[in-house]
Amino acid sequence: MMTLTDDQRMLQDTVRPFMAEEGAIKTQLRHWRDIGCEDGFGHGLWKQFAELGLTGILIPEAQGGAGLGQVEAGVVLEEIGRNLTPSPYLMTSVAAVRALEGSAQAERWLPGIGAGETVAALAIDEGRHHDPASIALEARRSGNGFSLNGAKQFVVQGASADVILVAARTAGSAGETDGLTLFAIDRDAKGLDIDNVALTDSSKASRLTFNNVEVDADAVVGEVDGGWTPLSRALNAGRAGAASELVGVAAGASDMTFEYLKQRKQFGKLIGEYQALQHRAAHLYGEIEIARAVALKAAQLLDAGDPRAELMTSVAKTKAARTAALAVQEGVQMHGGIGMTDEHDIGLYMKREIVLGELFGGPRYHSNRVAELSGY
Amino acid sequence: MADLDQFRAETRAWLDANCPPEMRTPMRSEKDACWGGRHFEFQSPAQKQWLDVMASRGWTVPDWPKEYGGGGLSPAETKVLKEEMAALGCRSPLTSFGISMLGPALLKYGTEEQKKKYLTEIARGEIRWCQGYSEPGAGSDLAGLQTKAEDKGDHYLVNGQKVWTSYADQADWIFCLVRTSSESKHGGISFLLFDMESPGVTTKPILLISGNSPFCETFFDDVKVPKDQLVGEENKGWDVAKYLLGHEREMISGMGLGGEKQALGATVGEVDLLLRAEIAAFDVDAIAFSAMSERFIDQLKAGEAHPAMPSMMKYAGTELNKRRHELLMAAGGSDTLEWDSDRSKGGKAARDWLRTKANSIEGGTSEIQLGIVAKHILRLPGA
Repeated sequence: MMTLTDDQRMLQDTVRPFMAEEGAIKTQLRHWRDIGCEDGFGHGLWKQFAELGLTGILIPEAQGGAGLGQVEAGVVLEEIGRNLTPSPYLMTSVAAVRALEGSAQAERWLPGIGAGETVAALAIDEGRHHDPASIALEARRSGNGFSLNGAKQFVVQGASADVILVAARTAGSAGETDGLTLFAIDRDAKGLDIDNVALTDSSKASRLTFNNVEVDADAVVGEVDGGWTPLSRALNAGRAGAASELVGVAAGASDMTFEYLKQRKQFGKLIGEYQALQHRAAHLYGEIEIARAVALKAAQLLDAGDPRAELMTSVAKTKAARTAALAVQEGVQMHGGIGMTDEHDIGLYMKREIVLGELFGGPRYHSNRVAELSGY
Repeated sequence: MADLDQFRAETRAWLDANCPPEMRTPMRSEKDACWGGRHFEFQSPAQKQWLDVMASRGWTVPDWPKEYGGGGLSPAETKVLKEEMAALGCRSPLTSFGISMLGPALLKYGTEEQKKKYLTEIARGEIRWCQGYSEPGAGSDLAGLQTKAEDKGDHYLVNGQKVWTSYADQADWIFCLVRTSSESKHGGISFLLFDMESPGVTTKPILLISGNSPFCETFFDDVKVPKDQLVGEENKGWDVAKYLLGHEREMISGMGLGGEKQALGATVGEVDLLLRAEIAAFDVDAIAFSAMSERFIDQLKAGEAHPAMPSMMKYAGTELNKRRHELLMAAGGSDTLEWDSDRSKGGKAARDWLRTKANSIEGGTSEIQLGIVAKHILRLPGA
């Protein structure tokens, strides 16, 4: 059934007011941005997430987590998106947890993640576009372990992370999914240079340079040359999660815009009385409903271990990104001049959308993937 | 859940044993559908057999109550039945406006006698219905309709004209909006049912740009309609009409699904890169819409859907279907421009493409649907 269960609804009823209150734009996003925070998010809120049991939502109960699934993570992420709440949730509690699950590294890192004390990052992209199969960062056998050389970019929260999951090539050549290996690497590893950069949305990402970074064999997550397996788990979870967050971004921006249509007067009338705006608003509403439905569908298929999840995840990521882009563009346009000011929040939604839309692959990457998975 | 699994297993076995092989191939067009009715000519013995065996189980209308010819299934069971039919490739045994439009309205507004008589006939495919809504002067402004029904004691006397009456020339009965009072626009409309063989009813097919004539003009000249064929109260027909329109829009939104299991891009052969990109963008929207469609039905059954949601679905589904056929024409190139050659199956691609242009007009235009969403869901001022 594509309706939320009673338990999922209860989670939503808890998270929605919590995020609106504690994760609000004014106290979180603007605050950390305006004081120039190096992390771009607050560790206090991260701890509060843990107290609510959110950080360990995907961690198995046996390892101290809630043992829930992608649908529940999506419920949380939609609220994060709605409030533009900066946090390590998507990268750490969703993508990284899925990458680590079942591996020897899980025991080391999952308790800290569940407790809201550990932040994890994923280092995947090497060029300006997401294309994980083309990973070329080299991991050469060296003594008892490996030596890494190469560069990564768009490593979200890389400078804040206690552990960075790095996808590297141990065999084969760029373009092949075989021959990749995932490593859990300490942020302070010797030879690792981290250039912490602020992105358009005031979140932080890093450019990493690996200069003979030596790691032990036990840093490998999963199997040597078999890194595609944990990486795919992380990517599916990350993409579906980003889709849910984008639905939240779209919903937050559109709610603000629909409200504005009922307040702003021009030519002696509320601008919401003009059919030119009514029809665009109604179209946007429909697109958001559709995006929410497909984000839920992708999450349900992932939780069911259904092979169609691969396709649906790419559909969801594309649809949610396109919809959120529409929502923020219409949002700024319908707000008019005030929408261009830093003082108004609508522009912050636009900045978040462009980053989240690109994360784990933009809509063109995923449309192409839909075509390939559909056999054309 | 265990009960549902058992129901699924039993349903699959029953369908496999009872659905004839000819009824497990995809329908090629509307013409392959079984519409039922007094004059319906079955395309094959298998088509009739499939209708009979499904009707006897109540599965032409699986979620209607058993006493009206339905299957009495729960929403979850109905979904399982649909999934299992799709898995085996079973065609719908019966397509009718009785099932998708009139039935739900009668279930809500009909008298016990009306439900017993009409719903049972619909479930068995015995009577084919058509819809008398639009008039020459009442299209988007439907409530401006002028077809008059005068109170003559034991019956109404109906005079006027309807237009865009789908398949009126093949229908047995009509559900028809008439004006019983001129004092109020919306409050002077009544909802009547009557036999198309009644004296004074004539129909005339309208030739469309596709070269086909699925729609008719329908004329009423002193048609006598017994009073027990009024649905709901006199002058309260607009409520029935709107409720029925919700179901009509829900039905039309199904066009967004296309009816193909495969992605569009997998069906069109070699295309250039630019068209491939457009088709991929379309497939994303189409797959997303199918998820929405599933969610919408689940929400409807759970009573969680906003009453105006069919408008959003109708808008999205029909705009998607138009886009699908634009892309099919682009992919087919000049092959699809042939109008009557055998090679082009009588210009099927072009005629289907033209037919879809009505999708965003019939059942309320896209602009009307957007207006309804703006007013009833977004609550925008003055909408």
